[in-house]
Amino acid sequence: MEWIADWLFIIPLAPLVAAAVNFLLGRWWIRDRAHWIAVPAVGISFLASIPAFLAVAQHHEPLSQHLYTWIPAGDFQVPVTLYVDQLTAVMLLVVTGVGFLVHLYSIGYMHGDPGYHRFFAYLPLFVFSMLMLVLASNFLVLFVFWEAVGLCSYLLIGFWFRRRSAADAAKKAFIVNRVGDFGFGVGVMLIFVTLGTLNYAEVFERVGTLSAGTVTAIALLLFTGAVGKSAQVPLFVWLPDAMEGPTPVSALIHAATMVTAGIFMVARAHPIFVASPTAMLVVAIVGALTAFIAATIAVTQYDIKRVVAYSTVSQLGYMAIALGTGAWIAAIFHLFTHAFFKALLFLGSGSVMHGLHDELDMRRMGGLKRYMPLTYWTFLIGAAANAGILPLAGFWSKDEIIVGAWVAGYPVIALIALAAAFFTSLYMFRAVFMTFHGEERFDREHLHPHDPSWTMSVPLVILAVGAAVAGFVGVPPEQGWFHHLLEPVFEGTEHHEVSLATTLTFGVVSTLVALAGLYAAAAAYVFRSVSPAAVAERLGPLYRLAHNKWYFDDIYQRFIVEPARASAVFLWRQIDVGVIDAAVNGVASLVVWTSQLWRRAQTGLVANYVLAIALGTVIIVGAYLVAGSSLFR
Amino acid sequence: MDQIPILSLITYAPLAGALVLFLWPRATERAARWIALLGAGVSFVLSLALLAAFDRSATGMQFTEFIDWLPGLGIAYRLGVDGISAPLVVLTTLLSLISIIASWDPIKRRVREYYISLLLLETGMLGVFVSLDLFLFYIFWEVMLIPMALIIGIWGSANRVYAAVKFFLYTLAGSLLMLVGIVAVYQAYFEQTGVRTLNVLELAQGTYGQAFQMWAFAAFFLAFAIKIPMWPFHTWLPDAHVEAPTAGSVILAGILLKMGGYGFLRFNLPLFPDATRAWAPFIIVVSLIAIIYGALVALVQPDLKKLVAYSSVSHMGFVTLGIFALNAQGLYGAMIVMISHGLVTGALFLLVGVLYERAHTREISAFGGLHRSMPLAAAFWGLFAFASLGLPGLSGFVGEFLAILGGFRAYRWAGVIAMVVVILAAWYMLWMLQRIVMMRAPGEPPDPDDPELRLANAYAVPPAAGGAGPHGHTVDPRTFPDLNWKEFATLAPLAVLTVWLGVYPGYVMRILQPAIEQVLSAFGRIGL
Repeated sequence: MEWIADWLFIIPLAPLVAAAVNFLLGRWWIRDRAHWIAVPAVGISFLASIPAFLAVAQHHEPLSQHLYTWIPAGDFQVPVTLYVDQLTAVMLLVVTGVGFLVHLYSIGYMHGDPGYHRFFAYLPLFVFSMLMLVLASNFLVLFVFWEAVGLCSYLLIGFWFRRRSAADAAKKAFIVNRVGDFGFGVGVMLIFVTLGTLNYAEVFERVGTLSAGTVTAIALLLFTGAVGKSAQVPLFVWLPDAMEGPTPVSALIHAATMVTAGIFMVARAHPIFVASPTAMLVVAIVGALTAFIAATIAVTQYDIKRVVAYSTVSQLGYMAIALGTGAWIAAIFHLFTHAFFKALLFLGSGSVMHGLHDELDMRRMGGLKRYMPLTYWTFLIGAAANAGILPLAGFWSKDEIIVGAWVAGYPVIALIALAAAFFTSLYMFRAVFMTFHGEERFDREHLHPHDPSWTMSVPLVILAVGAAVAGFVGVPPEQGWFHHLLEPVFEGTEHHEVSLATTLTFGVVSTLVALAGLYAAAAAYVFRSVSPAAVAERLGPLYRLAHNKWYFDDIYQRFIVEPARASAVFLWRQIDVGVIDAAVNGVASLVVWTSQLWRRAQTGLVANYVLAIALGTVIIVGAYLVAGSSLFR
Repeated sequence: MDQIPILSLITYAPLAGALVLFLWPRATERAARWIALLGAGVSFVLSLALLAAFDRSATGMQFTEFIDWLPGLGIAYRLGVDGISAPLVVLTTLLSLISIIASWDPIKRRVREYYISLLLLETGMLGVFVSLDLFLFYIFWEVMLIPMALIIGIWGSANRVYAAVKFFLYTLAGSLLMLVGIVAVYQAYFEQTGVRTLNVLELAQGTYGQAFQMWAFAAFFLAFAIKIPMWPFHTWLPDAHVEAPTAGSVILAGILLKMGGYGFLRFNLPLFPDATRAWAPFIIVVSLIAIIYGALVALVQPDLKKLVAYSSVSHMGFVTLGIFALNAQGLYGAMIVMISHGLVTGALFLLVGVLYERAHTREISAFGGLHRSMPLAAAFWGLFAFASLGLPGLSGFVGEFLAILGGFRAYRWAGVIAMVVVILAAWYMLWMLQRIVMMRAPGEPPDPDDPELRLANAYAVPPAAGGAGPHGHTVDPRTFPDLNWKEFATLAPLAVLTVWLGVYPGYVMRILQPAIEQVLSAFGRIGL
């Protein structure tokens, strides 16, 4: 197996080369052939990940390959080493697998775009960065690629840079993520200063030597980073806006992979979190809030991509619940299944947009089932999986999270998660019904919706199969193949035994909740027995709260952005120009003024000078006499 | 002397070029440019040879040259480089060469005189980095001042005389303080040992009383603090940058500011270790103010050059933070920030110059949508803006992170406060990037596929035109030609170095290592 470790570098290298070639030569030479390089490169990466996965799955021994020492600064040595254990192996397959399908899909979706080569430079660059993120073996390299995926996200959200909305969204995503990175960065420094190393293995070994307060501080600081990257409350505001990017980007970066980096990081650093019950509780509470708040917002949105985006936020909240309640494997399991059905939902929305000339508003869709059957059925599978309908992928992982929270002693969080599950089912089927059922509300004279070409259909079908059956790797609950695979990673963490009765009870309850959501959506949008407008009216302030995204954006604008700008203007105009520079100029003026004063003496009249000389002589002689002689003593 | 005096050759090659131009008043503009290029080019090639021959394992000065000058007073012509000065010498020769190429087309008046000034300036800067004698150092320090003031005052823009005088007086006030400090140290060492010398290495062997150290430290410190510049002595910088021609800004930001950091490392720390320790907390606080203050003020600048100038104030705060953290990470960080800032900010000023050549304005609101008309320039803008905001993988991050880590190690609160800048730097840099590179030209309507347009049609709201719109007449950014080959040639090497330093800082750090360990040895922290 040694030879596999020596070839690990192929996995990130292939997409990096593709990105570099397309970036340097794309505009002049490659142009609309950019996918010739990018798609196979990500394919190679996927194929190279398979032996690495099999090796760690069979032998339970992590693989590692040292590349070079990045920073040698005294006792601060940062090596770049690729490291593959079971957790990384799962992530490798998700990133390269979904990455490959999204690349394939993009050939058709981005066809004819003037920035085609740019797109196929940025997207492999993202795959490279994300692979390095999961392959990292120490916290600083993780942080480096944590920011690098943020850069790719920025570039791809702002891909259509001529639109103000896209430029704003890209900037917002980067800055909000940097708020999280601030915490992450301080956390990394605190680890180094207290433990003297940043390597995972050594850090986790030495966690026990830290005081409770320090561990909690480190855990919470790291989690701040995850709150930014994985779009948790209160930093989730960037993710819905990130939908300004092309839809394949939303599928790959803002659903399947990058946004799960925070979840991955917390799972990776679980020895630190386990050592701090306080931090765990915070993670669980933040997760529960995120899952619930985002689900309520999703119900009130009309933009199909934003519905799916808020759904992503909500599902990330579920993963955080699992992390916070110690259900580590459940978190990764949900990350795994979510990658399938959420990428599918985004690519499905992309197909709809493709067929309707970039229409996003579900109020101007409807009845598309007839025109795009393939898109409809795959989207339906994705929606049902997301809603947690038995036996699709989402059911198994989500149910496990709710059970996990219950048995770990957090009944309130389990109930919030169940409530959010109701909204999940409601918004998902609302989207399905508004888009594909009912009357045709689009402009039928000019628009002729149709299913997309094969490069776009194949990824939809593959992901739909995944969304349908991926959950079975984790069946039976708690004892599936997936659990056995990941057990060595989370060895030594507390594990709660779950009785069969509990499992079955929650399986039934969450199915009922999902069906209730389905029924509510059908009542409102298919049977028309309930008018959504009337419900909104009845709920009044609650509806407005959800519709306005719980006012997070407005609060930030009012209490952070505007005061910061105002204080910046104050510092510049009042302090910099008004005080500091005024003092400098004041000194200069004083010198000039004093000189002016003396200048008056230089009259140029000889008589004046003679007078001055005479007076001076008298004074000097007088002074000498007074001081020197004994006459006046 | 049995070896080639390579340091003298590097230092005086530009001077030779200046002399040729000075003695040849009828030189054509073309000839002047080529002679300047030759002088700076020789210096650059020699400095690369210096780097190649530099022994990375040796402690102490290398390539030393010694000629007795005024032995009675202990003044000698002493040159030498160590790991701290060698990279700065190469940075100087590189940026000088780039400045000469960058001035090729923009400078049209008094070309010969311009290049004489630029070459003199280069000799002055190089002399500062290679001098090991305080007298010689002071001469070069002052030599550097005059051509820089002339470049701002003669070839600058509208308010150039004010800026030049301000720059000159500010720096002169600082250097006079330093002169007092030099005389004081000279005298104190003489009283202690009976030896008259201005050899820096020898003076560093002396032990001075605490009270004396405090005052002498302050005298040197103020000179360097003005140069670097530290808050609140920074107000000459925005004015000087805004008025200076492009090459002046590049040299100013790229090299002149580093004199301050270099001075701290070469004089303040080795000569006055006790005073350094005593002053350090105070200096750290001022550095933090500079870091946050510079970033915040940069956020609201309407002028591109002022924005970059205030970002420099913020970045130089990292240098002083790193140095006065007094540990290995801090010092490495400070040095890497200095080198990286030279490359990145130099490039940003070049890019501003590129735009100014086309638009004759530096108002951010006059630009927009450059990605379409100048894709190549836009790529450079993006690269250097991200390098400046500290994106990992590019040079800025390595230095900033190490400096912050050093600060954090020394004082937890200092690291936490300095880290805030990761948010602010992203904010001002991306805001600038959005307004000049992204979006649309001022007054340009949205594209047909822009959702803004669809929204406008749906709700009968007129679409907003791109950009804020300039005051009065400016050239439409849509008509700008992309970079010509000369502009590309100035930017490309900086881009390559920025990536290289970010991905593989080990090369430079291993050059720095012995020198940094030596500086730290005075503080009993070898290897930390």
